[in-house]
Amino acid sequence: MADSEAMEQTEAELIAAVLDGDTARFEPLVVKYQPRVFATARRYARRESEVEDIVQEVFIKAFQRLASFRSDAPFEHWLMRIAVRTCYDFLRAHQRNRESSFSELTTDETDWLDRYAAEPSSAGEDEDAARRLIERVLEQLPLEARLVITLLEIEERSIKEIAELTGWSIPVVKIRAFRARAAMRKCLARTTVKKYL
Amino acid sequence: MNIAELQKKLVAAAQAKPLDNRVPYAFEKRIMARLAPAARLDPWMLWSGALWRAAAPCVAIMLLALTWSFFEAGTDKSSVALDVALENTVLAATDTTGEAW
Repeated sequence: MADSEAMEQTEAELIAAVLDGDTARFEPLVVKYQPRVFATARRYARRESEVEDIVQEVFIKAFQRLASFRSDAPFEHWLMRIAVRTCYDFLRAHQRNRESSFSELTTDETDWLDRYAAEPSSAGEDEDAARRLIERVLEQLPLEARLVITLLEIEERSIKEIAELTGWSIPVVKIRAFRARAAMRKCLARTTVKKYL
Repeated sequence: MNIAELQKKLVAAAQAKPLDNRVPYAFEKRIMARLAPAARLDPWMLWSGALWRAAAPCVAIMLLALTWSFFEAGTDKSSVALDVALENTVLAATDTTGEAW
């Protein structure tokens, strides 16, 4: 009963109630936005326990900083900014633990690369091997590069959006995007040169 | 091998991957359980925490001041000793009175 009443309230009312000390009113906001935050966190963390920790941290930060939320922008944008920055912090904390390398390619992945080398059109981008390969490539990149490639190339966000999400200025995003693409090409070139030349 | 094309193909592969927005069962309850203690923050606890955090810098400043005054006292030979200066100040009035008579 209380939950259904809460769901009927607008976001602004829920936020005002939470700020007045009614912590329970934060739950409908969590329910509404947690799928979106989970999807974002899964782009940066592999293990499900890590994903859950990231999502939990995002909502705890959102709760603690709710007073700084200005209602002139949608709550989702504000929350996603916290989510992206938390994912970035997670990558920074775990950057030394990057374990995978191209020397550990699975048979499927090697086969996909072989087919691409022989005839590019025969290697489909909808195959799981291709998806795992791009994950490996992203794991090899410096963390800023990984974040930029994910937001710019994979999620197809604009430079302005990335600047808002990350807190970087627009020129910084452009420079990092340029360097990220170059780093990705270098990473791919290193692999293919080693394997095919 | 065309690296730029390979890059495009792999990015397309990542874009084609459907978003995984599954949520573990009752995950919101876990978050709310974590939020409850955070919401019940005691201001006195915050104050005492701040005092504890301030204790170490205060001790460091005290030690620095102590060291500085110790070395300063050792090098400053021109100044009058504190006990003599105090005595002169206290007895200044009687000395002046004696001279007048």
